[in-house]
Amino acid sequence: MAMMTYLEAIHKGIEEEMARDENVVIFGEDVGGVKGGVFGVTKGLAEMFGDDRCFNTPLTEGLIGGLAVGLGTVGYRAIGEFQFADYLLPAVNQLISEASRMRYRTQGDWTAPITFRAPYGGGVRGGLYHSQSTEKVLFGQPGLRIVTPSSPRDAKGLIKAAIRCDDPVVFYEHKRLYRLLKEDVPEDDYVVPIDKANVVREGDDITVIGYGMVLNHALKAAETLSKEGYEAEVVDVRSIYPLDKETLVKAAKKTGKVLLVTEDNLEGSVMSEISAIIAEEALFDLDSPIRRLAGPDSPSMPYALPLEREFLISEEKVLDAMRELAEF
Amino acid sequence: MMKKLKESGLSKEEIVQAYRHVLMGRRLDERLWQLTRIGKTSFNISGQGHEVGQVAMAMAFEHEKDYFLPYYRDMAPCLVWGMTPKDIMLGSLGKEDDPSSHGRQMPNHYGSKEHNIISHSSTVSTQYTVATGVAYGAQLAKKDYVTLTTTGEGSANQGEVQEAMNFAGVKKLPLIFVIENNGYAISVGRDEQYASEKLSDRGPAFGMTGIQVNGNDFVESYLAFKKVVEDARKGFGPALIEMMVTRLTSHSADDDHSVYRTKEDIENLKKNDGLLLFEKQLIDEDYLTREQMKEIDAELKKEINKATDEAEAMPDPKAEDILKEVYADN
Repeated sequence: MAMMTYLEAIHKGIEEEMARDENVVIFGEDVGGVKGGVFGVTKGLAEMFGDDRCFNTPLTEGLIGGLAVGLGTVGYRAIGEFQFADYLLPAVNQLISEASRMRYRTQGDWTAPITFRAPYGGGVRGGLYHSQSTEKVLFGQPGLRIVTPSSPRDAKGLIKAAIRCDDPVVFYEHKRLYRLLKEDVPEDDYVVPIDKANVVREGDDITVIGYGMVLNHALKAAETLSKEGYEAEVVDVRSIYPLDKETLVKAAKKTGKVLLVTEDNLEGSVMSEISAIIAEEALFDLDSPIRRLAGPDSPSMPYALPLEREFLISEEKVLDAMRELAEF
Repeated sequence: MMKKLKESGLSKEEIVQAYRHVLMGRRLDERLWQLTRIGKTSFNISGQGHEVGQVAMAMAFEHEKDYFLPYYRDMAPCLVWGMTPKDIMLGSLGKEDDPSSHGRQMPNHYGSKEHNIISHSSTVSTQYTVATGVAYGAQLAKKDYVTLTTTGEGSANQGEVQEAMNFAGVKKLPLIFVIENNGYAISVGRDEQYASEKLSDRGPAFGMTGIQVNGNDFVESYLAFKKVVEDARKGFGPALIEMMVTRLTSHSADDDHSVYRTKEDIENLKKNDGLLLFEKQLIDEDYLTREQMKEIDAELKKEINKATDEAEAMPDPKAEDILKEVYADN
C-alpha cells in the first residue's frame, strides 16, 4: 500500500500500463516534455518512456480524436488527453462517428482500443468552460464506454482497465478530487471492472446513487445521517455508459427510496436515464417517488462565487435531500 | 499536352494493367447504377471521371504494406489495392460477407482488413485525422509503410483536414494527402467553396509539398505520386496532391445534376472523360488497338456478371446479429 492522491493514482496507473505494454502511447496538449499536463498527471512519463510515446499535440482536439483512432487500427493503445472535458467538443465527431463505430461498422475487422481522458467537474472557479460535466454529450452512444472513478483506489484500477479494454473508453476524472482525496492504494497490478457500479456503503433506509465529487458528499452526509438513526446505501455509478443496471436496480429495490445526485444540470443528465431504468425495473418496490438532486438548468457553472455556489451540489444540500427522503 | 506513357517508366504490361483497372472501375460502377435503378441496391456514388488519376495514384504504392484510407469515390484505387469486383458488389448488396462493413454501411464505404484499407464513415474527411494515427504508427514501430488518404475538394474545407495536415507537417509523417477536385460539392461549385487558386497551395502552408496534377494525365499523376511516396518512405515527410478530375455523373443516385449544372458543362463532360482520353493515348502511342480494348471490355463484363451473380447468391446478415460487435465482449 502507498498513500496516493486521486491524481497520483491515475498517474501511477498510466505509468504501470506504459511499462507493461510498449504499445501504450499518450498525447495531448502540454502532455509531453517536462510539463506533463496542466494538472501534472503525465509528469515524468516523457522522460521515462521517451518523446515518441508521450508527446504534445497542437491545440487540435479533432486531431487528438482521429490520431487515437488511427493508432488503434494499427495495433496501438492510445491514451488521448483532452485538457478539460469542456474541450472535447471539437472531437465529438471522432468519438461518436469513428471511435465508437469502428468495431461495429466492420464487425470487428478494425477496432479502436482507446482511452480518452477528460478532466471534468466544478468547484474550481472554472466558470462556464472549465467546470462542465460533458459526459451526457457522449452518453448513450453504443460502442463507446464512459467511466469515472470516485476514489484514488478506483482511479488507479480503473485507468488500467480502460487502457487494457478493447473498446474506446472515455475516462472522466474529477478535477476537484485530484488533490482532495488521498488514501492507501495497492501497489500491485490490480484492475477495477470496467462495467460495474460499486456499492460503497451499505444501508437499509435510503439509496443514494452518484459519482465523482457528489458521491464523496453523499458518503460524508451518510455518516451524519447515521447519527440521526438512518442508514444510507451509497452506490458509485462508476460505469456511466453502459450502465450496470443490475447493481443499480438491486440497490434501489433494497431500500425502496432512491436519491439520484449529479453535479450536472437537472434535465437530460445521466441520472435521467438511471431514473427511467429504476422506474421500469423497480417501481413496485419503491416507497417514495425517485428524487433527483442536481444543478439548475443554467448553461454550465458561472464564475462569480455566489453563482458558482448556487450551481454546485454541496454536502449540506445532499444531507438535506437524504434526510427528507429518509423521513418520507 | 499529356505526358507520353513511356515517360512513366512502367512496362507495357503494367500500362495495360492500369487500363484494365480504369475500365473495371468504370464498368463496375455502371453496373452498380443499373442495380440501383432496378431496386436491387438502394444507393450508388461514383468515381466516374476520376479513374485515370485514381489508378495512377494507387499504382505508386506498395499494396502489401502501405495503408489506404479512401473516400466514397475510390472504388478504382481499392481494386488496385486488392479488392475484387465481388467484394465491391457484396458491399452494395449489403451482404454478410461484405469485407467493407458486413452490410452495415451504405454502399461505396470501402474497407478491407485483408488489404490494409481502413474503414471510413460518411462524415466527410474524418479519415484525414485517422490517417495521422496510422502514419504515426509507422514512425513508432520504425516501419517504412506509407499511408494514403483521400477526400473531395468540398470535404477538404472541413476543419479536421487542416488539423491533420498541420500535425503531419509537425511530425513529418509518412502520409500522402489527396484532394480529388471535381469542382462540385454536390451542387455547390468551386466559387462558393474556396477562394484560393489552387488547393495544393495549402501544402506549403503546413510545411509540406503541394502539387496540383491533371488527373486525366496518367503519367503526370503517376510520376507525381511516385516521387512523393518515395520521399515519404525515406522519411522526408508528408505531401498534398490536388488531383483535378471530372465528375461525370450526378453526385449520387439520389441527385440529378442537370438541375444545377449548365448545359455547356454537361455537354463538355464527354470531352473531359479521362477514360476516353486514356484510350486515345493508348492507341496513339501503340499500347493497345481498339480491337484489343473491345476484348478487354468483354472480359471485364464477363467478370462483372460473374461477380454480380455470385454476390447476389450470398447470404444477407441475420437480424439477430444486430448487436454483434458493439463492444469487444459481444
